[in-house]
Amino acid sequence: MLDLFMLQGSSFAGSIDSLVWLVTFIVGTWFVLVEGIFFWLLFRYRKQDGVKAEYFDDGREHAIKHVWIEWPHRAILALDVIIIYGAISVWMEVKMYVPVTDETIRITAQQWAWTFQHAGKDNKIGTADDIILIDEMHVEVGKKYLFELASKDVLHSFSVPVWRLKQDAIPGRVITGWFEPTLAGEYDVQCAEICGIGHGIMPAKLYVEYPEKHAAWLENPAPMLASSNPQ
Amino acid sequence: MMRPIATTRSATGIPTGRLAVWWVIASEIVIFGGLLGGYLLHRFGHPEWATAAAHTNTMAGGFNTFVLLTSSLSAVLAHAAAEKGEGPKAAKYLGLTMLGGLVFLIVKSFEWTYEISHGYTITANTFWSFYYTAAGLHGFHVIAGMVIMGFVAADAMKNRELQRVELIGIYWHFVDLVWIFLFPLLYIAK
Amino acid sequence: MAESPSHAHDGHAHAGHGAHDGHGGHHEESWFVHYFWSTDHKMIAKQYLVTGMLMGVIGAYFAYVFRMQLAFPGKPVPGYGLVTGADYNALVTNHGAIMIFWVAMPVLIAAFGNYLIPLMIGCDDMVFPRINRLSYQIFAISAVLVVASFFVQGGAFGGAWTAYPPLSAKAEYSLTPAGSSLWLIAVALEFVAFLLGGINFVTTAMNSRAPGMKAFDIPIAVWMIVIASILFMASVGPLIAGALMLLFDQMIGTGFFDPDRGGDPILWQHLFWFFGHPEVYVVLLPAMGFVAEIITTFSRKKMFAYKTVLATTFATGLLSFFVWAHHQFIAGIDPRMANVFSVTTVLISVPIAEMCFVYIATLYGGSITFSVPMLWALAFIAEFLLGGVTGIYLGSSGADIYFHDTYFVVAHFHYTFFPIAIIGSFAGMTYWYPKMFGTFMNEAWNKLHFWVTIIGFNGIFLPLFITGASGDHRRIFDYTNFPELDTPELQSLRVLATVSLLVMLVIQPVFLINFFYSMFRGKKAGANPWKANTLEWQAASPPPHGNFPTLPEVYRGPYEFSVPGRDEDYWPQNSPN
Repeated sequence: MLDLFMLQGSSFAGSIDSLVWLVTFIVGTWFVLVEGIFFWLLFRYRKQDGVKAEYFDDGREHAIKHVWIEWPHRAILALDVIIIYGAISVWMEVKMYVPVTDETIRITAQQWAWTFQHAGKDNKIGTADDIILIDEMHVEVGKKYLFELASKDVLHSFSVPVWRLKQDAIPGRVITGWFEPTLAGEYDVQCAEICGIGHGIMPAKLYVEYPEKHAAWLENPAPMLASSNPQ
Repeated sequence: MMRPIATTRSATGIPTGRLAVWWVIASEIVIFGGLLGGYLLHRFGHPEWATAAAHTNTMAGGFNTFVLLTSSLSAVLAHAAAEKGEGPKAAKYLGLTMLGGLVFLIVKSFEWTYEISHGYTITANTFWSFYYTAAGLHGFHVIAGMVIMGFVAADAMKNRELQRVELIGIYWHFVDLVWIFLFPLLYIAK
Repeated sequence: MAESPSHAHDGHAHAGHGAHDGHGGHHEESWFVHYFWSTDHKMIAKQYLVTGMLMGVIGAYFAYVFRMQLAFPGKPVPGYGLVTGADYNALVTNHGAIMIFWVAMPVLIAAFGNYLIPLMIGCDDMVFPRINRLSYQIFAISAVLVVASFFVQGGAFGGAWTAYPPLSAKAEYSLTPAGSSLWLIAVALEFVAFLLGGINFVTTAMNSRAPGMKAFDIPIAVWMIVIASILFMASVGPLIAGALMLLFDQMIGTGFFDPDRGGDPILWQHLFWFFGHPEVYVVLLPAMGFVAEIITTFSRKKMFAYKTVLATTFATGLLSFFVWAHHQFIAGIDPRMANVFSVTTVLISVPIAEMCFVYIATLYGGSITFSVPMLWALAFIAEFLLGGVTGIYLGSSGADIYFHDTYFVVAHFHYTFFPIAIIGSFAGMTYWYPKMFGTFMNEAWNKLHFWVTIIGFNGIFLPLFITGASGDHRRIFDYTNFPELDTPELQSLRVLATVSLLVMLVIQPVFLINFFYSMFRGKKAGANPWKANTLEWQAASPPPHGNFPTLPEVYRGPYEFSVPGRDEDYWPQNSPN
């Protein structure tokens, strides 16, 4: 469903989109069915001259309840199990099982900017050649990344819609997660948790690059947005 | 104001006043439950709070527990007197209960003065924040209970509204019970 | 800001004068005692209703301002001016808080609860009339405070109605030192008012029923309001404690929610949502209750499976205490916990869907009249269904990774809250209007108002499902900073939503004028204009002080419509034969 509205830019974007399709099929069918029955009843049982409403005694009510309530009830329960299964398997893929990653990137949020600490050429985080950029993040297509997300002040949320990735940043904690970009291009990073008056002006730019271009950037990691974003 | 007929009915068989007090207590339980639940979550995550808790005065807390329990006893005696229709006697026992509440508050104020003067203020760390907030909220309930009890006792003295003696007694037992939870959590667990 | 100052003044007048006026114990009531110091449940209900409507106008005005900013970013909004980031945050925060705490709660629970409970159970007043009056007065003060928070230094609180710390806890982050505290105090006072009211409702319904009214003879509206009050009482406690802690964090510098000093910001989220999710059902249930009364009356049908309605209500109420963390899937909680909460959240669809089926099944075999209250009640069911099914997307933890804090969430909960708070209130108001004021509202104008409101509502929120799915995240005052979102397609959807809102707002004065005009000029309604069975229709319209000439006795359930062998197609609960 979401693929109708935007690109799938990460390895797990497809899983989330499939889950959304699954939910759409199930609840969409029910929604159309129930609204259909509802409007049909309104039409069928509109007030007509000389027709009195029916009175159901307990036996009649019980019989109708069997068809109208109990079977739909069981069907919903069964479909819920399917949805829960889908939801949890996607959840586990994205949020619980972190694969072996190629590189680590540190993301720090503050009012109202993002700091991205890239591992640099030695591929190790926390060394002298780390590349630290404000509001600008560079990653390579097809590499698996571990991110360490922190906040300096209030809650923020690191959100990349094309990756279908979102994770709150909490001051005092470092939250880890992973992603694997699959589509090169320039994308938006949003802050998705209200963080004060500048919440609406806290975008960052994400550059997903092919290996050659990424290697070139590693050689010369000048901020691309330096002129337009003077933080 | 004319009393509505609604107040005289009792479809459940439980007097309306008692029913209402139980609902008040139910909603109070979740208030204290939330506070203590938050405290416990923190406490398990912070073993170092034991050192802060070591500075609380267990003796004073223990004495206060005894005082509150005794005041609950006199609230029971007040109820018994009210049942027999002996308003002035009930009022006297309620007076004793209020005295218990007063002693509790006085001991508490000495405790707090001592602790604050030694730098353990509400902002010292999160243990002390919980300590003052939980005990303070409880103390507020003690004061509120004493004020209401004053009105009930004044009525009871004139043999009026004797059923209220029982109601304020139930409330007082609840306040007592909250302290029974607070005392081990804030004073004993070290 | 046009309405708010005058309203603030009004509200203050109620509370302020009241405090000086002493006891109103005379039979010869003065004008002031009658309108502002009454202990009559019907007058208190009207006070709540009018206050709720006024606050609704303020909340709608806020929505107008921020939707205009979203459709035409950076342009001055007529009737407001330029909208800054701080303004925008304050407006959305208080729009949410006001619509839930000062519109949905007072109108659905307090106004209708006060009006209907004593009448529907056949007694003359609440069991604690003076506590009832006190409850309204505390509520009025809280309403004044929340409006006043817009006029203090630094402006109104803008940290979202969820008030997550540390943003809400520290003035250096929120930049609204006075506004945050005033807002929090207002919310806490509102809770106290509704605790007092709720205890009154529950005790009254338990103890003061008419002779003969057994548990299953109680109208569903009363059951629902009582269950909602109990849900509220059981869920709000931890948040009252949390509000106290947050207030201390703000005002005296404790660190309950401050990670730098050993506190935990996530604790607030748990306390908030432990209340926040049951709160949805607290306002939903009364609306469901009104709809039950209306659809049975206008389809001349017995409520289908009365006991199933109650069973599903209990099941929903109970489950609602175990779903709260679905608001926090991506908030940094333990991912295993998310699985548990995803299961409970998706499962809550079972009782809620069952309840909807029972309501729809009630129409089966009926004789349906499409009167104005019936239109609102049917619209409630049709629209709420969409709100319900879109909730499944958000309860599915895997999908919520994407949907969390997007406009999809906004559209989803407006498809639940709008039917609840607005459609439900209109249903209740149009249905019980003849009882409250003894006259009918103009039906033609009401139908026009109904259709424009419904079309406007869908025009606002259907586009927002799409912008949400396309990545619009919430509480952003200007999307031009985000290249992916600053597209002409998305912008045209935002404009569509705003235009629909304007259409919907333009029609509301029609209802308001109709509402107040018909009180004096409307066609007279008899005691039982809809030929309904419940006891309130057996009292005069409007009911006098004391409600019934002689208090009724009850002989049967509330929904004995179209019973075979009777001439009349209704059978009042108090009619001996």
